[in-house]
Amino acid sequence: MYTGILGAWVAVFLTLSILSYLYKDNVFYKLAEHIFVGVSAAHWATIAFWNQVQPNLFGRLWPQTDVASLSGFDKFWYGIYHGLHVLFGKVFPEETLNGVLYRGIGDQPQNLTYLFAFILGVFMLFRLIPKIGWLSRWSLAYVIGMAAGLRLYGYMSSDVIGQIHATMLPLWTGHLGSSINNIILIVGVLTGLFYFFFSVEHKGALKVVSRIGIYYLMIYFGASFGFAVMGRISLLIGRFNDLIEYSGKQYWFATPILLIVMVVVLVLTTRKEKEEA
Amino acid sequence: MIVKRTACVLFLLIGLFGFAFAGLAIEAQVEHSEADGNKVNITITPVEGSSIYIVQKSLESGEWVSVVETRELTFSTNISNDISTQFKVIALDSDRTVVGEAISELVVTEAKWFNVKRTNRFVALILISGTILYYISRAKKNKKIYLRPVAGLQAFEEAVGRATEMGRSVLFVPGIMDLDQVETISGLIILGHVAKMTARYEAELNVPVSRSLVMESGRETVQASYLSEGRPDLFSEDMVHYYTDDQFAFAAAVDGVMLREKPAAVFLQGKFYAESLIMAETGNSIGAIQIAGTGSPSQIPFFVTACDYTLIGEEFFAASAYLGDDPKLLGSIKGQDIVKAILMLCLGIGVLLETFNIHFFKNLFVGS
Repeated sequence: MYTGILGAWVAVFLTLSILSYLYKDNVFYKLAEHIFVGVSAAHWATIAFWNQVQPNLFGRLWPQTDVASLSGFDKFWYGIYHGLHVLFGKVFPEETLNGVLYRGIGDQPQNLTYLFAFILGVFMLFRLIPKIGWLSRWSLAYVIGMAAGLRLYGYMSSDVIGQIHATMLPLWTGHLGSSINNIILIVGVLTGLFYFFFSVEHKGALKVVSRIGIYYLMIYFGASFGFAVMGRISLLIGRFNDLIEYSGKQYWFATPILLIVMVVVLVLTTRKEKEEA
Repeated sequence: MIVKRTACVLFLLIGLFGFAFAGLAIEAQVEHSEADGNKVNITITPVEGSSIYIVQKSLESGEWVSVVETRELTFSTNISNDISTQFKVIALDSDRTVVGEAISELVVTEAKWFNVKRTNRFVALILISGTILYYISRAKKNKKIYLRPVAGLQAFEEAVGRATEMGRSVLFVPGIMDLDQVETISGLIILGHVAKMTARYEAELNVPVSRSLVMESGRETVQASYLSEGRPDLFSEDMVHYYTDDQFAFAAAVDGVMLREKPAAVFLQGKFYAESLIMAETGNSIGAIQIAGTGSPSQIPFFVTACDYTLIGEEFFAASAYLGDDPKLLGSIKGQDIVKAILMLCLGIGVLLETFNIHFFKNLFVGS
């Protein structure tokens, strides 16, 4: 019961602190901002390590295996793992089940090509050593090059070929309504595309075409803006619903009490600031 | 004569009822046109009285796992490449009583180097890349390329100059996504140009980022710009600093920076999501000159509403060509314009042919 009440008070305090930003930058907003940034940074770092690095990298290099069955290279390879276990036991666990010693993480198939990713990751840490910090550029170059190459096909396929295919529509379908729709769509695509011609001066007739293109874009932007604002308002209503719920007796009047305290503190600090000025 | 007639009648009867007497069979054939190569077409030859078929496939361990329960006699399924797999069909009658069982021959699939279904994409890629490369080579040979003025890009220098005059900082946010997004890379290229301006004018530059890799490459970019302007003494690694990966926590932190430092110029250049309006509104409230740029269509409306200038879609990607004087970039802009003209022509031809019910041209643009 008390944890629920405490949670409600924390939620109300942080919500009101963030909303207090509408008045001006103040101590409550600063506090909420720093808690939010600090907690989320730590949370993301932890999640990234335990959900990504440990199972997907170390788990693929050293999947769990019965130590007694190891021989040859595998014995040497899992020997390295054992060394890491001695240093970082929680990250590289070993466990004994029914008298059998198991080494490794998870049950994904072993894939030593992940060593390449591991090395690139280690290169990033070399930023901490200025003399060999330049090696981190190799990792960055790989990420950027890989991303550009990978996206090239995807964008060309969906945003170019796919769009052209979808826009090849008949001007007359046999029905007036759908024919008008098709014409609006085709004119919009052609003029919108023309607006993004950079090496041609937009003057005379070309300026008219370009103008029509930008009008199409603005109509889309207006519709999209209205749609998003509606979504934001529903989020705001959700927060207000929580504040109303937490203002009840069962939550020890969290909302009104905290609201009054914060208003009083803000009024006093503003008055003090004015006096000092 | 009687023997001949009897033989003929017998052959006819066997031909007519052969289907009914034939045993249950299952055939698995690899679909060779698939890029992944792991698609297998299954054909079941039914046995009399059967109406439901449970199809299973073999695993490496020798176990059988269920694939599908169906009434269809043909269907497709995917298997693991480079592993010999067999299919088993168990035929049931309408009361779900087993009436037969058959096993297919072993099939092995393998990934293909070339997917024939995507030949159109391959041709388009060659044409587009070839056109752009041709115009880059032309630009390198000192062929002058005209670029129409874009208001937002002309305001870059004005914004940095204004910040210098007011003695306030320049805030640059390269989006909230990682380096695997093209917008982030484009944002970092623009950061390089803005950093050159701040180095030239000796203005203070502040670059908050939400990804560790972006922080590293951002620092490299800014450092290179300060070096190229001959002002390495003004560079500090703290100019580019990390807050958090979390979208709204990052937005809260950037808003805090805007309210406290009151930068005179704010650049929002990169990949943004729902936090775009929060940042742009705050920048607007402090009276900063704001120049935004993104390729995310859903975020452009917010920037158009709250910022002084917005680079819409391709304007944002073309910015680096405008801001620099690199013939490679200028040539690529011209090449892309030519590609756009070709695509518009294709679109026009396609629309006309579709109007006259001729579909072959449109089908050239179909792909999986």
